[in-house]
Amino acid sequence: MLGFLEKLGEITLYYVRQAGRMGIFLFFCILSIFKPPYKFSPVIKQIYIIGSLSIFVIFFTGAFTGMVLGLQGYNTLRKFGAEGLLGSAVALSLIRELGPVLAALMVTGRAGSAICAEIGVMRISEQIDALDCMAIDPHKYIMAPKFVAGVISMPLLTAIFNVVGIFGGYVIGVGLLGANRGDFFASISSNLEFSDIYMGLVKSICFGLLIIWISSAKGYFIHLERGGSFGAEGVSKVTTSAVVLSSVLILVFDYFITSVLL
Amino acid sequence: MNQTFVIQLNNVEKTFGTQKILRGVNLSIPEGKTTVIVGGSGQGKSVIIKHILGLVQPDSGSILINGKDINNVKKKELKEIRSQFGVLFQNAALFDSMTVFDNVALPLRERTRMTEKEIRDIVNDKLALMDIVGSNDKYPAQISGGMKKRVGLARALVLNPKIIFFDEPTTGLDVAKSNEIYRVFFRSHAKLGYTAVIVSHDFPRILKLADYVALLHNGVIQDMLTPEAFQLSNNPVIKDYVKETMGTLYSSESMEA
Repeated sequence: MLGFLEKLGEITLYYVRQAGRMGIFLFFCILSIFKPPYKFSPVIKQIYIIGSLSIFVIFFTGAFTGMVLGLQGYNTLRKFGAEGLLGSAVALSLIRELGPVLAALMVTGRAGSAICAEIGVMRISEQIDALDCMAIDPHKYIMAPKFVAGVISMPLLTAIFNVVGIFGGYVIGVGLLGANRGDFFASISSNLEFSDIYMGLVKSICFGLLIIWISSAKGYFIHLERGGSFGAEGVSKVTTSAVVLSSVLILVFDYFITSVLL
Repeated sequence: MNQTFVIQLNNVEKTFGTQKILRGVNLSIPEGKTTVIVGGSGQGKSVIIKHILGLVQPDSGSILINGKDINNVKKKELKEIRSQFGVLFQNAALFDSMTVFDNVALPLRERTRMTEKEIRDIVNDKLALMDIVGSNDKYPAQISGGMKKRVGLARALVLNPKIIFFDEPTTGLDVAKSNEIYRVFFRSHAKLGYTAVIVSHDFPRILKLADYVALLHNGVIQDMLTPEAFQLSNNPVIKDYVKETMGTLYSSESMEA
């Protein structure tokens, strides 16, 4: 019994420490963004890596999400004779909820995992120690451009996801199933409000920050992982845990942001 | 030793998990000289360097760099202290996504306001000092182990630091490549006159470079002596170490034994 309690205490302490470490890490990363010198080329490079290289996957997931919404929405709304509202049903689901969440999950899988693995490898091959010893702040040099790029890229990727998704819904709903084209767009313009777009924007910015935070912190503290995380296996372990934690937190934060903004 | 000491370790203790690695390390590094810390593998030699660099905090004891306790200074002061350091890590710790040139140029780009032309001149100069010509655009994965160490050394030297740390500079290299590293070290030290701290188990060859040799054994520095005095020391632990690594020095000793 005592052994069990000891173990429980040890695990609890580990997670409390980890939460503290990650919180302080986030603080220093955000602080370092505002410290001069301001260099734009690393930010542009990260926007390319996190944003531009994710467009393809965002485009496809957005298109198919919109298409399935068109399919399901049309068949459901037809039962109530409300096919005319298909456009607003697709657009509102995407802009308020599915766009930010699914785009964030895709970016987590594509860019979050890459960021975590990159920083994890830098840590275990002493590259981060080397930066420290050269009096170069790793928060400023490695993390700050990624945070800025994440916060800029995520809303833009979400916007692409939404536009492509709405078009996918249109192709299926209007093109394939025969809903009225005029009604489709009219219902969007009459039901969509600024608060809906605002909610999607807030979510996407928060998710962008969250993905970069979790992914980079997990890689940065790979050497402090519980039970030890070393070498290639350690990097794979920590990358998996970063993707899982980011994905779960995206859904958790989605609920809380929605409940605050509704 | 009538010297100015730039680094002083006082009673430094460190435990990792259940293993006590350092059991009260006392060590003073004289300015402008080359001090070599030797000892068996796993004795904690690299841990001493990591303590001096402020990458690891001791459980007890203090580490003074020019009189300032590295674990009791503000972040800004720590940065200033570290700006005097150059480090050659055991695996060179080059940034693998950057070319050789960019690796060496990084400290200049991040820590100075030099123009690209000035940076290019200094980097090429340092790379030439290390006998590296024509590999500027290669990535660390495309060059040999010895060359990686020399690029690491060029990067460590690029800001003309006052103190340079070498963590196992010749580990994993054959005799010819090790001699190459020793040669470039000797040349750069003669030219730049920095304080060098070398951790190595390449004994006795490392003696060629050393002004002082310190032996770490059982978590404590047994003694720090000149290479000649080290080889002739009466300290039983040092004597055993010398005998184990060099064999008996004189035939009469082996005959007596």
